[in-house]
Amino acid sequence: MSKQRVIVVGNGMVGHKFIDTIIGSDNHNFEVITFSEESRLAYDRVQLSYFFSGKTADDLALTDAAYYEENGIKFVLNDKVVDLDFPNKNVITASGRVESYDKLVLATGSFPFVPPIPGNDQEHCHVYRTIDDLEKITESGKSSKVGVVIGGGLLGLEAGNALVNLGVETHIVEFAPRLMAVQLDDGGGALLKRKIEELGVQVHTQKATTEIVAGEQCRYRMNFADGSFLETDMIIFSAGIRPQDELARTSGIAIGERGGIVINNHCQTNIDDVYAIGECALWENFIFGLVAPGYQMAKVAAAHMQGDKETEFTGADMSTKLKLLGVDVASIGEVHGQTPGAQSYTYHDEIEQVYKRLIVSADGKKMVGAVLVGDVEAYGTLLQLKLNDMDLPANPSVLILPSADGEEAAGMGVDALPDTAAICSCFDVSKGDIKEAVAAGCCSMGDLKESTKAATGCGGCSALAKQVLDSELASLGFEVNTDICEHFAYSRQELADIVRVKKIKTFSALLSECGSGLGCEICKPAVANILAAYWNEYVLEDEHVGLQDTNDNYLGNMQKDGTYSVVPRMPGGEVTPDGLIVIGQVAKEFNLYTKVTGGARVDLFGAQLHQLPAIWKKLVDAGFETGHAYGKSLRTVKSCVGDTWCRYGVKNSIGFAIELENRYKGLRSPHKVKFGVSGCTRECAEAQGKDFGLIATDGGWNLYFGGNGGMRPRHGDLFASDLTDEQVRTYIDRIYMFYIRTADRLQRTSVWLENLEGGIEYLRKVVIDDSLNINAELESEMENNIANYQCEWKTTIENPEKLKRFNHFINSKEEDSGLAFKVVRGQRFPLAKEIEITELV
Amino acid sequence: MNTTANTTWTDICPASDLTPNAGICALYNEQQVAIFLCKQSNSVYAIANYDPFGKANVLSRGIIGSTQDITYVASPLYKQRFNLSTGECLDSAEHKLKTFNVRIENDQVQLKEAS
Repeated sequence: MSKQRVIVVGNGMVGHKFIDTIIGSDNHNFEVITFSEESRLAYDRVQLSYFFSGKTADDLALTDAAYYEENGIKFVLNDKVVDLDFPNKNVITASGRVESYDKLVLATGSFPFVPPIPGNDQEHCHVYRTIDDLEKITESGKSSKVGVVIGGGLLGLEAGNALVNLGVETHIVEFAPRLMAVQLDDGGGALLKRKIEELGVQVHTQKATTEIVAGEQCRYRMNFADGSFLETDMIIFSAGIRPQDELARTSGIAIGERGGIVINNHCQTNIDDVYAIGECALWENFIFGLVAPGYQMAKVAAAHMQGDKETEFTGADMSTKLKLLGVDVASIGEVHGQTPGAQSYTYHDEIEQVYKRLIVSADGKKMVGAVLVGDVEAYGTLLQLKLNDMDLPANPSVLILPSADGEEAAGMGVDALPDTAAICSCFDVSKGDIKEAVAAGCCSMGDLKESTKAATGCGGCSALAKQVLDSELASLGFEVNTDICEHFAYSRQELADIVRVKKIKTFSALLSECGSGLGCEICKPAVANILAAYWNEYVLEDEHVGLQDTNDNYLGNMQKDGTYSVVPRMPGGEVTPDGLIVIGQVAKEFNLYTKVTGGARVDLFGAQLHQLPAIWKKLVDAGFETGHAYGKSLRTVKSCVGDTWCRYGVKNSIGFAIELENRYKGLRSPHKVKFGVSGCTRECAEAQGKDFGLIATDGGWNLYFGGNGGMRPRHGDLFASDLTDEQVRTYIDRIYMFYIRTADRLQRTSVWLENLEGGIEYLRKVVIDDSLNINAELESEMENNIANYQCEWKTTIENPEKLKRFNHFINSKEEDSGLAFKVVRGQRFPLAKEIEITELV
Repeated sequence: MNTTANTTWTDICPASDLTPNAGICALYNEQQVAIFLCKQSNSVYAIANYDPFGKANVLSRGIIGSTQDITYVASPLYKQRFNLSTGECLDSAEHKLKTFNVRIENDQVQLKEAS
């Protein structure tokens, strides 16, 4: 049978989801081709605003050409489908290309609605939808002092955040009497407005813009219907979306009265073999402007195409929880009193700025909706109550009242949830799915994430997922095994305690104290790391050498071909011209591929084992130290120049960054640790995306903790504000050592913090109030570490015995004949080379 | 190729060049051989240095470990484990590395082709 030809019009998030679902189904009966008018394959529009906090288009990408090619997906970018010929089953593109299909999927998405205001098409008037839009906004921001967002909905507030990030004076103009008119009630909207205004964003509600004309102080002047006006240099329209159904309109497909391609429960349109999914689709007269329902439609359409007539799209929950301009906001169910007889409970704390309203049915037994602003802790519980139509507790007010000190927060046990309860909506994982995964042997969050993908999307469900997991494990009578591996019946934390209390200095001593066997690639590096964190001995001592592979073992990061990278430390990213010249000379002499890293230093790749000592000799002689790029240790402290050069800097961020990098360099910890220090709230050093982040304010330093980039990016939590330099050092010393003592193997600070019972509040009690009475110990351990710092490369090149190991062959000066290189863009890259198979049996 | 190599022992290096509980790489009969000294059992092992998964000559730089009674080396690239006595990959049955006879004689590490 020949393959069915499937054309997907639009490669946005939903179009990509459809394709990914087909790929994942392992069904080889389809030949898929997708068209996009944009110049990029699908990217994460939900995270679009991160573009302004330093993410690149690549970071936001959901897929890439290689993935599509690997899976036989054809794609055409920059070519919009402009006509559909249903009788002949063809699509026609702007470039005149004609392609035939057996099945057609319309995933054209939506476009931003720009109100028909005279003057809305001027140069610095933008919309907020694509990466291209954001690039234009950024460009305008460079020549603007004041910016206005028209529209105070969800996306409008994100656009407002973007303007704040661009450093322009930000205004939000909303037609309705409150912000987020759809999701919030008056009380919630008012508090959100107040909180946002405290951040310096000016909010103007009940303003209808009548025209945009030339301004006097600024580029433009917006005139409002009530006679008032506002001057601005740039404008972003974010007044809602409209389904992108133009293509369908000209082709005879059924369209709703107010737009949208009409679909049934299988996402089929009225034309045979044509489906519509995502924001262009109209289901039961409703457009779903969120990504989760779009994903559901993608799955339904993919299932239907493969003969599954059971799976249906039956609507979607539009509850939302998000952080807008730093303010937590959540909305569940029906909040505008459309349900007859509904009553409500309201909790409003003006001091702490928390607003919570719970709307219940006339008989008080079921939940109708909820609005949460400032504290969204209760979201998970409330959402489950609503989604599963569960009975409310006898006194529903406990659900939104704050818990008294020391009491468990009011809520309900996860045991009360039905198996159908959706735990992770990003990946559609139900409580039942988690139960199945546990029954199949999954016993940690790591396992769970791997087998079900739960909590790997937005991460919002991780606490709930963990609760379900633990409760399932407990109910099955499992004792959760936290042993690090078969050689030690202890967790990493317990091993760290044993090492510390019994003052154990070597792996073999620990093995005979409490282990068995020879150890392995799990426990050896973990123990080496613990030993280093407590005693900070030279890592190439005979006793320690065999504990590490690739990295610490030869003081370089092993690359795919067995060569190493060389990364000299550049505290704060500061380097003298002479230093830079030496690096360039070394790179040139040894023909090393050279690249500036994200951590503001220079990576040299392709060094062979025997070259490392000579390379490092030259670097050490020039005053460089090892950058520990190979260690689970402090990597870099990223910084801006702060008040030394920058017009806006309020503190000396570069100076402090260098001090901190020198203070903690070489310190081994359960995972790598990065710092960022920003000299003002513009946050150019991206400190909130680091494990430890400092942002200078007029009152001192704001210390953030637990941020990271990587697979699951997270912003750090604000630990404390307005700190002195001395306080910063003290708090970081304590937090750092407490993390080293208690974290799991390879657990980043973010995950450690998330798993810390009591979270950041608890951490404050330990670190600031000394609730565990351990701060003196933590500080002395840190002092010991700092006192015992050594540049491992300096020590190594001064020790001829140690240098013997840095040869490829113990009995020959020959080099590894397996290495081969190619030259790309003027530099050397490894060439994959098959070695003769005779070496394998 | 040295035709006598299959039957005689070849000196590689002094025994003191071995690092306890770690590996070294030797050039032997134009082959790369990873030699390991396990201090606990006082045993020496020799297997091919080529990692068929990572496609690089790196196994001598892996970590020695044990599971039940098997002593193995884990590749420093992608962590596949190879039985040091038999060359078998513990994580993928179809991969088996060549092994060599190895001994310490007169304070010299010596290799011989396995028969």
